[in-house]
Amino acid sequence: MTAAQLFPILLGIAWLIPLASFVAILFFGNRMGDHGKGAATVATSAIGVSFFLSLITFFAWVMAGHEVSSPHHDDSHASVHRTYNDTEQSVQAVVFRSPEHGDAGGSHASGHGEAVVPASYSGDWYTLYESGTLRLSIGWYIDSITVLMFVVVTFIATCIHFYAAGYMHDELHDVTDSEVRLATGEPLHREGRFPRFFQALSLFCFSMLGIVIAGNLAMVFIFWELVGICSWFLIGFYFERHSASTAANKAFIVNRVGDFGMLIGLMALWGGLGTLQFGDSVSSATGQVEPGLFELVRPAENHHEQQVPDGLVAFAAADQIEKMVAANPSSGELSREVAAAVPDWREQGYGRWLLFVAGLGIFCGCVGKSAQVPLFVWLPDAMEGPTPVSALVHSATMVAAGVYLVGRFFPVLTPDVLLVIAYTGGLTLFIAATIAVTATDIKRVLAYSTVSQLGYMMLALGVGGWVAGLFHLITHAFFKSLLFLCSGSVIHACHTNDMRKMGGLLKVMPYTGWTMLIGCLAIIGAGVPFVLGFSGYYSKDAILAQALLFSRTNPQHSILYLAVAGGAFITAFYMFRLWFMTFAGSPRDQHVFEHAHESPRVMTAPLVALAIFAVAAGWALPGGLGVESLLEQARPAGTAETITTAGILGSITLPAEHESHSGAIHVTATLTAFLTALSGVLLAAAMYLKPLISPVAVAHAARPIYTFLVHRWYVDELYNRIFVLPTLGLARFVAAIDTQLIDRFINSLAWIARQIATVDAWFDRVIVDGIVNVAGSVTWKAGLELKRIQTGNLRQYVMFIVVGTVAIFVLATLLFRTSFAG
Amino acid sequence: MTCLLFGVVSVSHYLVVGAILFTCGVICMALKRNALGVLMGIELVLNGANINFVAFGSEYLAGDGESVLGLDGEVMALFVILLAAAEAAVALAITLNFYNNHATVDVDRADDLHG
Repeated sequence: MTAAQLFPILLGIAWLIPLASFVAILFFGNRMGDHGKGAATVATSAIGVSFFLSLITFFAWVMAGHEVSSPHHDDSHASVHRTYNDTEQSVQAVVFRSPEHGDAGGSHASGHGEAVVPASYSGDWYTLYESGTLRLSIGWYIDSITVLMFVVVTFIATCIHFYAAGYMHDELHDVTDSEVRLATGEPLHREGRFPRFFQALSLFCFSMLGIVIAGNLAMVFIFWELVGICSWFLIGFYFERHSASTAANKAFIVNRVGDFGMLIGLMALWGGLGTLQFGDSVSSATGQVEPGLFELVRPAENHHEQQVPDGLVAFAAADQIEKMVAANPSSGELSREVAAAVPDWREQGYGRWLLFVAGLGIFCGCVGKSAQVPLFVWLPDAMEGPTPVSALVHSATMVAAGVYLVGRFFPVLTPDVLLVIAYTGGLTLFIAATIAVTATDIKRVLAYSTVSQLGYMMLALGVGGWVAGLFHLITHAFFKSLLFLCSGSVIHACHTNDMRKMGGLLKVMPYTGWTMLIGCLAIIGAGVPFVLGFSGYYSKDAILAQALLFSRTNPQHSILYLAVAGGAFITAFYMFRLWFMTFAGSPRDQHVFEHAHESPRVMTAPLVALAIFAVAAGWALPGGLGVESLLEQARPAGTAETITTAGILGSITLPAEHESHSGAIHVTATLTAFLTALSGVLLAAAMYLKPLISPVAVAHAARPIYTFLVHRWYVDELYNRIFVLPTLGLARFVAAIDTQLIDRFINSLAWIARQIATVDAWFDRVIVDGIVNVAGSVTWKAGLELKRIQTGNLRQYVMFIVVGTVAIFVLATLLFRTSFAG
Repeated sequence: MTCLLFGVVSVSHYLVVGAILFTCGVICMALKRNALGVLMGIELVLNGANINFVAFGSEYLAGDGESVLGLDGEVMALFVILLAAAEAAVALAITLNFYNNHATVDVDRADDLHG
């Protein structure tokens, strides 16, 4: 079996197993052991098998030797897949176009120069709908990010499943939820929902893996929405709590706002190009290879340089085509004329806005999912879910989806869109980091740090650091899930989220404490400069270097670099503030401290496993086996060179990422990262470890800023004023129209109808009933009178007959005398 | 018009006999309390009618040798006899049953169906 056949099968099965687990728990969950205890086993083993299959795929991928320099040579299964080497001619044409990149890369960037087309496999499992050029399918697009993401998602999800089996044990029997008060004032007493939790968790994993493997944007959108609904289930797991149900609704609604933009992007692409496939596909109707989005936007004959696709140009130039038709209505060669005119139109700028809108629309969806400004408000509230959910949402699934999609969709994004992305990311990372500084809820600190780190990733992607952004996505997934699981362990032990009641916990919770320290060191990018570091050291350095390079080449955008460097400092400060407040020093609340205990092994084992990866995920092993070099294999075609574009938002130079590895930039970035992180840690230590600086005094001195941050930049209040209150006001206004106008009108109609009915009822009762009753009573009385004749006496009857006969005879004789006589 | 007592026997004489029979029958029906008597009265009434039919149907009585009705009168008379027989059978059955129930055949006692 060739690699091209193997990968879709392996990953396809790995993708579908969680779905099977979901279905099984959905139908038989309550019958799985005592109170559905078996559901955890089913879900965990399902995701475990997925992880195992992903791992096999991973090793198969590495063994297949997908060199960056040599695109994959395997097209034995031409009916379902087509690797880019079908266009070998054009590949050859570009290979030596910019040879100077080859030596710019440094030691770990072997063969960058020839890297033109990433090795990828694409194809369809199932066609949902096909009509004309319209085609929707369930397919795959597999390259090295897909494989990497599969491994990361399934690994983290497996850890979280194990952890959740311990964390959620309360749900195995009836639960008394003291946070919910019934109308009687008693706490809510409900059944445990253990299987339900694992059911949603399985569906969540399935949806996330669906996004990762998706071969087209329509499929991405489907699973995008599935992820949304899963997050709704899980954030609202304690749906009796008002805060939880509100948070779930908030997450869902805010995501819908982003998805609206995504729909617009999808429509722009579909309308102009008629396809949503990422890779090239084989039309089942004609048997011809149809170019996918990547090929359309970066065609091989254009040396993979980005250009507005013909379809979008023609779509935007509808007025020109109309003119053409008007000028020569009888011409039967319209399509050829249009095709001939497209290059001119492209020069005139037709379709540029459309591609911009398409990219921006897709990014809108990512803004919602990945909690960027201005749609980041849902993520901190999502802490209402159980902690394993937070860990999953914040690391491997959901928020990762947005960054992943930007990375996947990178070839189509124009420099203008990338600039918007970079600024969004920069703003997000700064705002979220500052909010995290004043938060006291342990999970909220982590939530804002997630938002901030997502800002880093977006910024990295926006400044052209494709590998840097996705590298950080992967390393962040490990250490953020670790941090969340640690915080869950702390909450499990202390039964509170408030850091002001913790302190000194390292003595009673050594595993949690030390692993959390590893997580904190990883997130701040700790390491010995130029030698060795935690995973975050490598990814954050890459981002910093790329941002520095970007601000060097585009001096007008150097604020982005300041955001990154400042963000690194704040990150280090608030992460160590968290750790010192929780684990170091003396207990602040003796009661909490005395009840604290280390979590069971089923919860600490995943911590240790994740900690290992938080340390080592960034290391480049010998033989090119490292996340960064694997990611380099998937670098979109044509993004390896420095490109200057005069875009809608001014001239932008996207620097080649390899250049950020060059000496000067690299050293500056690494030292900046190290010094900012170190100063952040030292400041945190000075404030919270050794009370050299009193946090209270600082807060008091900078009271306006402190208040501003404690209120989270007043973003929620702002949205409340701008969106929620006007919406409610509009709703009340409409309700008033409804009750005052429409209801009144209806009521008056009803009143009139009632009056008419009263008159009608009177008529019916008096006139109609009267006539009928009179007829009845007359008949009745006549009957009573006539009854007397009916004596039953036979002789009397005979007498009547005789007398009657005689009477008739006499009458007849008298009346008809003449006729008888005659 | 000649006196019936002295004239030639004609249809009129028969009609008189029929009328007397009819009247006797009616009086018998009206006055008898015995159900069998009432039945007899009915027979008299029917036979009075029969005499009329036969008289009108007879070609000899018509005088001119030609019957007004042909054989129709006799046929009607036969029908009436048949009818009377059938009626007698049914009426006697009713009477018998009435006797079984009331141990009498007095029609004055048979007033169960009075209004």
